[in-house]
Amino acid sequence: MEKTWNNKAWFLVLPVLVLVAFSAVIPLMTVVNYSVQDTFGNNQFFWAGTEWFEELLGSSRFWQAMGRNLVFSAIILAIEVPLGILIALNMPKKGWGVPVCLVLMALPLLVPWNVVGTIWQVFGRSDIGLFGYYLNKLGFNYNYVQDPIDAWFTVIIMDVWHWTSLVVLLCYAGLVSIPDAFYQAAKIDGASRWAVFRYIQLPKMQRVLLIAVLLRFMDSFMIYTEPFVVTGGGPGNSTTFLSIDLVKMALGQFDLGPAAAMSLVYFLIILLLSWVFYTVMTNYDAER
Amino acid sequence: MARIDLDHIRHSYLPNPQKETDFALKEVHHTFQDGGAYALLGPSGCGKTTLLNIISGLLHPSHGKLLFNGHDVTNLSTQERNIAQVFQFPVIYDTMTVYDNLAFPLRNRGVPEADVDRKVRETLDMIDLADWAKRKARGLTADQKQKISLGRGLVRSDVNAILFDEPLTVIDPHMKWVLRSQLKQLHRRFGYTMVYVTHDQTEALTFADQVVVMYDGGIVQIGTPAELFERPKHTFVGYFIGSPGMNVLPVEVEGKTARFGSLAIVLPGAPEKTEGSMELGIRPEYVRLGRVGIGVSISKVEDVGRHKVVRAKMEGREIAAIVGEDEEIPAEPKLRFEPAGINVYADSWRVEMRA
Repeated sequence: MEKTWNNKAWFLVLPVLVLVAFSAVIPLMTVVNYSVQDTFGNNQFFWAGTEWFEELLGSSRFWQAMGRNLVFSAIILAIEVPLGILIALNMPKKGWGVPVCLVLMALPLLVPWNVVGTIWQVFGRSDIGLFGYYLNKLGFNYNYVQDPIDAWFTVIIMDVWHWTSLVVLLCYAGLVSIPDAFYQAAKIDGASRWAVFRYIQLPKMQRVLLIAVLLRFMDSFMIYTEPFVVTGGGPGNSTTFLSIDLVKMALGQFDLGPAAAMSLVYFLIILLLSWVFYTVMTNYDAER
Repeated sequence: MARIDLDHIRHSYLPNPQKETDFALKEVHHTFQDGGAYALLGPSGCGKTTLLNIISGLLHPSHGKLLFNGHDVTNLSTQERNIAQVFQFPVIYDTMTVYDNLAFPLRNRGVPEADVDRKVRETLDMIDLADWAKRKARGLTADQKQKISLGRGLVRSDVNAILFDEPLTVIDPHMKWVLRSQLKQLHRRFGYTMVYVTHDQTEALTFADQVVVMYDGGIVQIGTPAELFERPKHTFVGYFIGSPGMNVLPVEVEGKTARFGSLAIVLPGAPEKTEGSMELGIRPEYVRLGRVGIGVSISKVEDVGRHKVVRAKMEGREIAAIVGEDEEIPAEPKLRFEPAGINVYADSWRVEMRA
């Protein structure tokens, strides 16, 4: 068959190109534009070159926020992944318990993020909050408004409450796809409970776990709404994560140039990490 | 290896079985001899997997006892019964090498590593996978994976029996034949007690010394392939085994004559029982097509290679006959039943005939 060579097909992809241009590329370019300029208001811009980037990478404020972010992600992954696996392993595989458990698990995921923040903001208050009030009654000196450790504790518990379900549901999906014959064969082979987990369940969950870790890492690295509502980044700067810092800089101080530079660096970090994950995942697939 | 006695075993998946129909497995009372190769043959849902799982201990029977070499094992767990089972879909431990897969059941039982190594190497040779020992098991083909599943059973020298649950379902047709003959060889060399569940008659008839035909939760006949072919005890066995299955005609019996419509067929003897609904069964292999006998009209001829299957209408009823590849089909075809191939059934069960 003779192939027709012309460029008319470009018109077919044009709508999506336009859409992506307006929704992503052009806004991003304005950010790039701000990041290399300085402004004193009144719509006057001056060329700043790489000044904002140098300032950012040399500022302890940025690295501290980044450090907090990494520590936060590490802690919630270390809690949510094992806890999610543990819950998924203990969920019923058949019977009336299945829909009940699934609905219970899905509930936290359905709550809007700022509502989650508000819930925990009230829940944790030491004067009227159920959680905070009784912790103090029990003798713990808990006050997330004043104590950085209590603030971290609250933010972490909140994230675990909100997102462990996601890990559970993904793991559960992996687990129910294992045919009964595997468990029966393991019984016949005399495998211990641990061996069943290590050699049957874990390998079958590996893929979904990788996705769960990726999603949870990226989400937690970009976390904004919940800690903003609960602690507002405080006390002091103790729960000021990158995104909170960014908003403070861009909207609070209206430092457009430094904020744009920070957005770009932030964006590149997430892009880099996603690429690493993507490579690991596709390599893993190729190996199969 | 062990002799397996099924002592009045029945099973129901319902908590309180009342009626006969509540039982997925109706009463089975049978012995699998030590070192025998048995096939459980029957259509899907006839209870054959239920029976197998009762033997392996994955299911506990609602009634009856199970004995290995005379010892009651009914209440023992799967591990304690010491059996091996190969499932429909290959079960392998993906992340382990072929070697570690075979070593797994031994290591779980705390066997010293030196013995593990010796047994695993022996087994690798038996299943022809010695060259693959260091490979990760997940990259293998379905038939190699199935061999690993089998190998995990063979590696334990003390297994009481090896059970197969339709093990060739996911294997490519040309490999099925190879695997089946390898199984057969293993059986001959090492004398394992093997029970093989299948719905494929070729598999059952080529694998087993004794075939147990199951239908609707019960055993209808146990016999050698030849017995099942020549003397099917139940019309179901007649239909189910053979290709095409046995012709079954409703008849009225008077002495040594069976009347089918206006036709009278001479029987080799007088049936011992003549009450109930009587049927005459004859395999297509014993229906002769020629110039003498009962006039029929031919509706279809299927050439299946080695022979032809002739579908004919006799007194308005479909009947199949097998004729040789080179045989002529006469213009005015007539049918004749060879007396040696005639069986008579009362209420679907075979009755003996007195000469």
